[in-house]
Amino acid sequence: MLIHSPWRSDFPALAALAAEGQTYLDSAATSQKPQAVIDALLGYYSAGAANVHRAQHLPGERATRAFEATRGTAARWLNAASSEEIVFTRGATEALNLLAYGLEEHFHSGDEIVISALEHHANLLPWQQLAQRRDLALIVLPVTAEGRIDLAAAEHVIGPRTRLLAVSQLSNVLGTWQPVCELVAMAKAHSAITVIDGAQGVVHGRHDVQQLACDFYVCSSHKLYGPDGVGVLYGRAAALERVLPWQFGGEMLLQTDYYTAKFRPAPLGFEAGTPAVSSVIALGATLDYLASLDAHAVLAHETALHQELVAGLKARAGVRLLGEPDIALASFVVEDVHSADLAHLLTEQGIAVRAGHHCAMPLLRGLGLPGAIRASLGLYNDSSDLQRFFAALDQALEILQ
Amino acid sequence: MNLPSAAHAALAAFSEPMSWEQRARLLMSWGEQLAPLADEERTEGTRVTGCESQVWLVGAQQGDGWQFRASSDARLIRGLLALLLVRVNGLAADDLKQLDLADWFAQLGLARHLSPSRSNGLQAVLTRMAELTANAPR
Repeated sequence: MLIHSPWRSDFPALAALAAEGQTYLDSAATSQKPQAVIDALLGYYSAGAANVHRAQHLPGERATRAFEATRGTAARWLNAASSEEIVFTRGATEALNLLAYGLEEHFHSGDEIVISALEHHANLLPWQQLAQRRDLALIVLPVTAEGRIDLAAAEHVIGPRTRLLAVSQLSNVLGTWQPVCELVAMAKAHSAITVIDGAQGVVHGRHDVQQLACDFYVCSSHKLYGPDGVGVLYGRAAALERVLPWQFGGEMLLQTDYYTAKFRPAPLGFEAGTPAVSSVIALGATLDYLASLDAHAVLAHETALHQELVAGLKARAGVRLLGEPDIALASFVVEDVHSADLAHLLTEQGIAVRAGHHCAMPLLRGLGLPGAIRASLGLYNDSSDLQRFFAALDQALEILQ
Repeated sequence: MNLPSAAHAALAAFSEPMSWEQRARLLMSWGEQLAPLADEERTEGTRVTGCESQVWLVGAQQGDGWQFRASSDARLIRGLLALLLVRVNGLAADDLKQLDLADWFAQLGLARHLSPSRSNGLQAVLTRMAELTANAPR
């Protein structure tokens, strides 16, 4: 049965890309934007741009209201206890760097940071570098063959020396949900700080940060159908109080003379300088758009289309999936075929997929693979995209095998 | 333009109108003709980093000109390397510096492979070539 996306026409880029002969299957890298987001960006700029939290004039007040409204919308989206728990950053990467610098004071030589083997570089390098600066041990949790962080191993590893746990909610390479609730509980039993990288997870289904019970949750707007240049750092109020400011500049201070300063509390204390005002406002429009959709219908669509993707890949001789993906994406390699060659020929046929190490070099190396192809889905994809993908895959393999 | 004869042959072959499948097969057949590198020539030192596939490049000055040899574990990249080598081999360092390789690949209908968003490494190979020739004793 052909699966149609009732939301496809909300995203004008899908028709534009189709007109260019492009089939977009790289939403896990960046997603296309609904008309509502484009309208919000256009509306803000055409009505009069202004800086936020500074001026008393009308455009300034309007921009500040809209900007702060997004903070409230984001807080509701994640079920944060208050909008004060939402910090805007440039992206998930910056949010993780903010934490790695802002929490540095709490780490002492010999302390342990626990991550997993499947982390994106954004949730590896800030901790790796913090470990080097403070002489800490970086502990890497192993991943099972299905692609899930090994809880039995975690039981052994997470202990009294663990100061921080930072793990992905949904793997950007394997498409597997991670047992974050269990891991957070283990870390909390030892009073460790808990960080969840929700860059991929936030896009699929709704997540409740109070239920996850983590200290911090980070995500990016651009994967969530919103504009780029914005990320969200959720921090539980008590957890945010432990973070020191890491960037200094305009509007993050209460008062200063030439030699000393007092800084604002969260969230503004972590938002030095002019933020991406238009993008934050448009992220609000994104979340409003997403909230207007039937969440069950979206999830059912994503699940059905993902099953079609996985079944189609499994049906092809020589194709090997990486892990057992739950949703959103599937990464694969083909026996005796170099992924770079396959990517080359898929590109020739207008199939936009990602090839390479997917910003998870150690994971791919651990699997003994130089790279893999990843096809990832958005709520706008449908069976026709997959049919074009599989036809192109078959053509490419005929040439290469 | 004073093209080496192998470059003439490449230009003639790739200038024919053809489908993307034919172009891909042609590229791979050029890759098959690439002289293989010995195992001891494929080292960390000769590996060109910044490529999605593994690429190795060695080069030596012979008389006035440079002779490069290269290999990759990916077949289409081998084809691109072969097309690169037929254009550059035999050139003196100064001529190499002047050479517009983007234009060369554009003439072959393969301009896209030098675009900045591609990580296939052709650009990294060019950078390595420039380093090899710049560091050579004169």
